[in-house]
Amino acid sequence: MTGGSSPAEPAIRTRGLTKRFGQQAAVDGIDLSVPSGAVFGFLGPNGSGKTTTIRVLLGLAAATSGETSVLGQPMPRALADVLPRVGALVEGPAFYPFLSGTANLQRLDAADRRASPASRHQRVAAALERVGLGHAATKRVRAYSLGMKQRLGIAGALLSPRDLLVLDEPTNGLDPQGTREVRELVRSLAADGATVFVSSHLLAEVEQMCTHVGVMSAGRLVAQGTLDELRGGGEAHVRVRTPDVGTARSALAGLGLVLVQATGAAPSDRAADDAGEGSRDGVVEAVLDGAAPPPERIVEALVAAGTRVRGFAVERATLEDRFMALTGEGFDVVG
Amino acid sequence: MRSELRVLFGRPRTWAMLLALAAIPILIAVAVRLSSEPPGPGEGPPFLDRVTQNGLFVGMTALVVSIPLFLPLTVGVVAGDTIAGEASLGTLRYLLVAPAGRVRLLVVKYVAAAVFCLAATLTVVVVGALVGLALFGAGPATLLSGDTVGVGESAVRALLVAVYVTVSLLGLSAVGLFVSTLTEVPVGAMAATVVLSVVAQVLGQLDQLAWLHPWLFSRHWLGFADLLRQPVSWDSFGDNALLQAGYVAVFGALAYGRFVTKDVLS
Ligand SMILES: Nc1ncnc2c1ncn2[C@@H]1O[C@H](COP(=O)(O)OP(=O)(O)OP(=O)(O)O)[C@@H](O)[C@H]1O
Ligand SMILES: [Mg+2]
Repeated sequence: MTGGSSPAEPAIRTRGLTKRFGQQAAVDGIDLSVPSGAVFGFLGPNGSGKTTTIRVLLGLAAATSGETSVLGQPMPRALADVLPRVGALVEGPAFYPFLSGTANLQRLDAADRRASPASRHQRVAAALERVGLGHAATKRVRAYSLGMKQRLGIAGALLSPRDLLVLDEPTNGLDPQGTREVRELVRSLAADGATVFVSSHLLAEVEQMCTHVGVMSAGRLVAQGTLDELRGGGEAHVRVRTPDVGTARSALAGLGLVLVQATGAAPSDRAADDAGEGSRDGVVEAVLDGAAPPPERIVEALVAAGTRVRGFAVERATLEDRFMALTGEGFDVVG
Repeated sequence: MRSELRVLFGRPRTWAMLLALAAIPILIAVAVRLSSEPPGPGEGPPFLDRVTQNGLFVGMTALVVSIPLFLPLTVGVVAGDTIAGEASLGTLRYLLVAPAGRVRLLVVKYVAAAVFCLAATLTVVVVGALVGLALFGAGPATLLSGDTVGVGESAVRALLVAVYVTVSLLGLSAVGLFVSTLTEVPVGAMAATVVLSVVAQVLGQLDQLAWLHPWLFSRHWLGFADLLRQPVSWDSFGDNALLQAGYVAVFGALAYGRFVTKDVLS
């Protein structure tokens, strides 16, 4: 990789970046900081401004206000120097349907003046091979499936060695194999030292491949940090599965834990509960904050209180929980 | 640039338009051949009466027939598609991110449109010449000045006329390029360009607007007769070239001003 920015310098940094469409602020004063070498998951509900941010980062659209630097250089001033080092997939792939996959990539490669024509053929073939399209290379793109186009789009982003990859929903339309390959690809790119900025809705996906996460909501960046920091922002819970809901609750409360909810056996069923093994299990859940005793002590206390513990788990909040907490549960698109 | 031409000429639509243009001289030649009487002087489109003397004139006649509508139509399609077509496919954003450079892209697009203008006129002239030669042979041709020239000389004249018409279309191409930067709907840009070419010609017919006539890009479109005199009179060629250069400069600048600051949101 060509280097150029010191590792300490973020690969992407924005300050007060705002993009308005008429009255509406699609991106509203965000301060993004993507560390060099990170795999940064850019999350947010539909219409929260992810693609708009990416367009501004890549110089496709001009910011209304705010500063941006990419790979340590001010944008959009250094566009011509920065873009050859950036591979991008913006809002889905786009191709000339009447040209073959190979011809499409060759054109894209030719558009970059710095790419040497002598090795073009090789680069295109390697990129196609990398996304598993070697066999469909001569087919017209018109005849490609959704996932094949998506793969071709990724191949386009990988034509030259890149220091930064900006991938807007790269796994959209891919089959499980394709999704997994993208994950592998992102990992291998990151292992080569590239920074990957990937927007996605698939939280499980992001959880598996990202080191850092930023969450957008209605044009604002409501959280960013390492994956652990973000998940850590939500508290851990203990979850106890037991038929003796009442005793479990009082035992946990006795340890100073705050109870969240109790499901399953209602108080009136208590008699049935005590009847024995076959009775229904309930779940007792409590917040595990910093002051709480270690989990093994909790189990001890539960057992000592006579709770029949049939299941016990300490659960960290999932990314999904945090995402919902940050962006709201509502289904309606803000905008 | 080479890749731009590859896209333009790798496209079925481009070939369909060139084929349609090629059909015009073929139709004319066949029609003349099948009619029992040779067309008398001054009948039908200009040069038609010369067709039977020298087959090369089929191309010339076909050009005259195509200039008002068919050529502007195809040029409008290509020029109107330049930027708007890429925008509607979504490939514009990928070209810019590659990065192609906005100014470079604009220049390459314009040059490709100009190459198409040349290809279109050459198609008409060359196909016309070939069909004409096949059906009428190549006799000596009488020029408009009354002089008679040989086959070689008349072939040169035919090519000169093709160049003249190509130059004529450069202004319209620049207009199309500019219109194309205004929209993401290629059909809109194409239609607007073609309509503008028709409007220019209609305005050119209205005597009340005589003051406007020198400024219309269609002003010299049919003025290539001077190239068919002996000696060649270059005046109209020069006037036409100057006018078209003016259009290229003005609409090129407008397209530049629009495109370098445009948000690409498609
Ligand atoms: N060309 C445009 N003109 C006006 N408003 C726009 C335009 N493009 C986007 N917007 C608005 O900007 C906001 C953000 O859109 P954006 O495409 O960035 O969302 P997103 O986060 O990428 O959503 P998704 O997850 O659906 O891809 C939306 O409210 C949208 O309506
Ligand atoms: Mg989007």
